[in-house]
Amino acid sequence: MNPELVKRLSELSQEVTGFIYPNELEIHWSILIVVYPYITGLVAGAFILASLVQVFNVKEVQPTYRLALLTALAFLLIAPLPLQFHLGHPGRAYEIFLTPQLGSAMAMFGFVYLWYLMAVLLLEIWFEYRKDLIVWSKGGKAPMKWIYRGLSLFSSDISEAAVAFDKKAIQVITVIGIPSAFILHGYVGFIFGSVKANPWWSSVLIPIVFLMSAIVSGIALVIFLYMVITPLRGEGINMRCLDKITSYLFYAVIVDFTLEALDFIHRLYESEESIKILLKLVTDKLFVSLWVIQILLGMLIPLGIMVVVKSLKLPEELRKLFYFISVILIQLGIFATRWNIVIGGQLFSKSFRGLTTYKMEVAGIEGLLTAIALLILPFIVLAILLKILPAWEAGSAEEGAAS
Amino acid sequence: MNRRKFIKNAILFFPAAGVFRHLLKDAQAKPGNGKYDPANHLYGMGVDIGKCIGCGLCIEACKKENNVPKEPFFCRTWVERYVIKRDGSVTVVSIEAQKEKPRAEETDVLRSFFVPKLCNQCENPPCVQVCPVGATFATEDGVVLVDSKRCIGCRYCIQACPYGARYLHPETRTADKCTFCYHRIVKGMLPACVEVCPTQARIFGDLKSMASRLVRFTRINKIHVLKPHLNTEPKVYYAELDGEVR
Repeated sequence: MNPELVKRLSELSQEVTGFIYPNELEIHWSILIVVYPYITGLVAGAFILASLVQVFNVKEVQPTYRLALLTALAFLLIAPLPLQFHLGHPGRAYEIFLTPQLGSAMAMFGFVYLWYLMAVLLLEIWFEYRKDLIVWSKGGKAPMKWIYRGLSLFSSDISEAAVAFDKKAIQVITVIGIPSAFILHGYVGFIFGSVKANPWWSSVLIPIVFLMSAIVSGIALVIFLYMVITPLRGEGINMRCLDKITSYLFYAVIVDFTLEALDFIHRLYESEESIKILLKLVTDKLFVSLWVIQILLGMLIPLGIMVVVKSLKLPEELRKLFYFISVILIQLGIFATRWNIVIGGQLFSKSFRGLTTYKMEVAGIEGLLTAIALLILPFIVLAILLKILPAWEAGSAEEGAAS
Repeated sequence: MNRRKFIKNAILFFPAAGVFRHLLKDAQAKPGNGKYDPANHLYGMGVDIGKCIGCGLCIEACKKENNVPKEPFFCRTWVERYVIKRDGSVTVVSIEAQKEKPRAEETDVLRSFFVPKLCNQCENPPCVQVCPVGATFATEDGVVLVDSKRCIGCRYCIQACPYGARYLHPETRTADKCTFCYHRIVKGMLPACVEVCPTQARIFGDLKSMASRLVRFTRINKIHVLKPHLNTEPKVYYAELDGEVR
């Protein structure tokens, strides 16, 4: 028996309002399950940004192409960890891969994840870096030389035809990659959207809302990283690139906002059996995280800022500052979106008669510290990836800025 | 023994042995060797709301029989008490959670009743659909079970159950739920909660047997199930179910 859990739940039972089914007291999907869709969203969004360069030929965004790919990889590598830590039996996780129950949306995780990692991201990164890896393996010093040689899978052809083939391959992979990125995050949305028992989740719009918010958060993250890393490298930020990406971000936020508003209005208008408890939920338990953080701070203020920046011809430094504030607010907002969906969906009873409370652990395996560690970890992985696979050649930013 | 007696005995013995041998063979040839055959059964439960007095013996028996933690927030079965006032307000409590608290004096009560709840052993169970590893499954005789050696503890089934019938067992760290006391019913015994119910508010039976008490119960009562709009097709049938019950 777990006396700590019993103590926690006993205390929690004092905070229930109305009636909940007895088993509903324990919030089963904790902050780690908030972190999981947040991270996969960043993966999908960063990849979509990278594909703008390849498929839609948006040249201005080129300086962030490799950064976006590596960001997607770094976050994808960490994405299964929150799920793993959350399981009652982490040692049995392999069963999802070995004996999946094919009717379960969650069982698709293994296939979707492996497909996206192996057939899309790693392959695209390999083709993108192949020529450089061969060059580096010839020029570098002992240990790195071997690593590059290994990473290039011992290919050595850097003839024009071979490089042209790489480019072609990348295009094909990106074309496959875009629907794959959509599936990766759409399926995460489907895990929630297909739970008919839960009216807060059960909506055909949820996978699409997840997807749009993923694109928003992924683009915002790459902008953030680009704005932090470029000055650290002692180079200037390419403003044409930055302006272009933020305008994509702007449109993505508008679409995301519209979809979420549609979902909300639709629920309100249909006013089904669950509407009373859901209204209580959003005006009580989720007031701060939904209205203040997700909608006001995470959407309306960044949209306002971007409208101001676009309509007034502001000087470069001010633009950078405003962009920077916007992307941080947007990240906060998207994290709140995930929180409101995952935690919000468990705060009301399926009897529609009461609300419970989520008290986050701090130090436990499913606690705040683990969540923070899991959110920092991808940045460490990214730093290592950038060290091994530099995303820019020295002086590339100046060239870009000059052009 | 003289010759006459020997022949007499022989005439009796050989045909009798033949008959016995045949009977023995027949007995062995019975389907399942006389063992339990799930294909011959389909279990369900009836709940007669008018008979439930909210004594809570069923909860106690279930916890003892199935090693369910004693705390009121881990339940395979529970009983809800509904109080509907004249002004239309509805108060619901779980009698277990309310046990120690003094009951406030109630006035202007329009109607009040108890509703035993448990896993509905759905014909179309969402929990089975979502389990990523097939640890939750429906048996041929209509009971939804959890293989605790296979369950990874992802808790998707708990989220998918519309009735709140599942919890994560704090000792095994796997999903747990009512099994209709499967270990008892396959031996022809009743589930523990049915066995102890002093008013026979719970009626257990085999839907495939016309002689079962459950079939009789569904014949003489108007029957309703919980949340029929979700199309889970429960096999727990309620008589006298109030519209306020969800």
